[in-house]
Amino acid sequence: MTALRKLAPRQALLEVSGVSKSYGGQVGCVDVSFAIYPGEVLGVVGESGSGKSTLLACLSGRLAPDAGAIVYDMNDRGPVDILSLSEPERRRLARTDWGIVHQNPRDGLRMDVSAGGNIGERPMAIGARHYGNLRTEAQDWLEKVEIDLARTDDKPRTFSGGMQQRLQIARNLVTKPRLVFMDEPTGGLDVSVQARLLDLLRGLVRELGIAAIIVTHDLAVVRLLADRLMVMQRGRVIEQGLTDQVLDDPHHPYTQLLASSVLQV
Amino acid sequence: MKRASTRPAQGYNFAYLDEQTKRIIRRTLLKALSIPGHQVPFGGREMPLAYGWGTGGIQVTASIIGPEDTLKVIDQGADDTTNAVSIRRFFEIVTGVATTERAEEANIIQTRHRIPETPLQEGQIIVYQVPQPEPLRKIEPRETETRKMHSYAEYGAMQVALYEDIARFGYIAKTYDYPTLVNARHLMSPSPIPKFDNPKMESSPAIQLFGAGREKRIYAVPPYTSVRSLDFDDHPFEVQKWEQCCALCGSTTSYLDEVITDDNGGHMFVCSDTDFCNTRQREQAQAGEADDSAPPTALAATEIPS
Repeated sequence: MTALRKLAPRQALLEVSGVSKSYGGQVGCVDVSFAIYPGEVLGVVGESGSGKSTLLACLSGRLAPDAGAIVYDMNDRGPVDILSLSEPERRRLARTDWGIVHQNPRDGLRMDVSAGGNIGERPMAIGARHYGNLRTEAQDWLEKVEIDLARTDDKPRTFSGGMQQRLQIARNLVTKPRLVFMDEPTGGLDVSVQARLLDLLRGLVRELGIAAIIVTHDLAVVRLLADRLMVMQRGRVIEQGLTDQVLDDPHHPYTQLLASSVLQV
Repeated sequence: MKRASTRPAQGYNFAYLDEQTKRIIRRTLLKALSIPGHQVPFGGREMPLAYGWGTGGIQVTASIIGPEDTLKVIDQGADDTTNAVSIRRFFEIVTGVATTERAEEANIIQTRHRIPETPLQEGQIIVYQVPQPEPLRKIEPRETETRKMHSYAEYGAMQVALYEDIARFGYIAKTYDYPTLVNARHLMSPSPIPKFDNPKMESSPAIQLFGAGREKRIYAVPPYTSVRSLDFDDHPFEVQKWEQCCALCGSTTSYLDEVITDDNGGHMFVCSDTDFCNTRQREQAQAGEADDSAPPTALAATEIPS
């Protein structure tokens, strides 16, 4: 019986097939297909303008692709093409089962609401109405992302860049999403803060079994976090595979260039 | 007290607005009543009054008032303050309807900042003047986004605002324009009435109409509709309380205003609802004469002990 179950193909959490998006004559992304399984971390790398962010916006429902299908395995309904969901359903999905970590924390945080309120927003949006519990939960998460509890009632605008980014992560993970989209989560942070954030992310992703799609141009980030890697150029996926495989034995000329352009210290 | 109806001024249509505009507003009101708490846009007109002084409320009143109606106008609970006097006189001139200061005699009550202490009855209509109809505006400045939040009932952000209050002050510090959920569906701003008045909106037998002139929005609560004030399970909704009673009528149940009486720190608390306070004082005086005993001692201005 168990052997049979092992043989049966696992249901992908998110299955993307043939997604294309163009802005008039400008190409966003072309015919992108991949699947991501529960607990897996997928890195998407490529130079600026290669369509990474367009792809991420399409996947997370913020942008409607011109063609293709994005099938997500919903908790209560099984695999559903998210493009066929109504807008309230999609917004609800994005608020509960998904997390979106923006490159700029100002896009993902409410800057004039305290750290505790920022973390509590998602639980309150799905009906939590007990102040004490909300606060305990918020402080649990502040501890997890290594923010001093004394800062619970401070506004994020008084936080450093790294703290803001950690708060953004806590705010997203509080509803225990199964899939997190991250757009350059370490962009704009200095190297030592980056390293700590990556450490933290790696711990959380492994501990909670979250699947994540991380868009970045920083190969060190994917080397540390991603199980699989997808390389994009001019809107197309030119190479994909296991991270180490792609980075240590790149086949496509562009990937070779990318892998060799990292400074070896 | 009650001023009988007179002949309206010549040269104006009845109730100032032209008949087509009144029809537009009545249609808007019907839509608003059928979706309780939902803000319906309407073609607001310029009124002979500055925005912020009750242009929305006046337009609603003008569209529903008829020659047989009796009108009461309240400003901050009082019948004799600027806004109340000028709006009442406006309708006396353009409609000639009877006006009154007694809440139970009026069938249309236009109000700014208060709901009368006298419970409203079936057949009465209360018209609120609303400066900002959008309860989510301070949280979400984009109109496109607040509309989506209303249509998908995404009201978590409003709860965040209350959370912030408790985090900062230890209790929900909002005292007026306290957000309410109407008919368990739409988030609604009750206009800047004190939260003391929020419970009076719950299942009220009267029709409640809200007009925002500058923002050109109308919304409504039909009779016997649930109007729940938002709160937390462990921080339930509470209204203001006073240690004093009214210095003039001795009421312990009404909303009190603090009035400064001199330059030496003298102050007194009096009912904000003048009709309620005057009626009580009159009844006490009559009861006193009938018994030939001393009237209940009303407190004079109380000095702060130094």
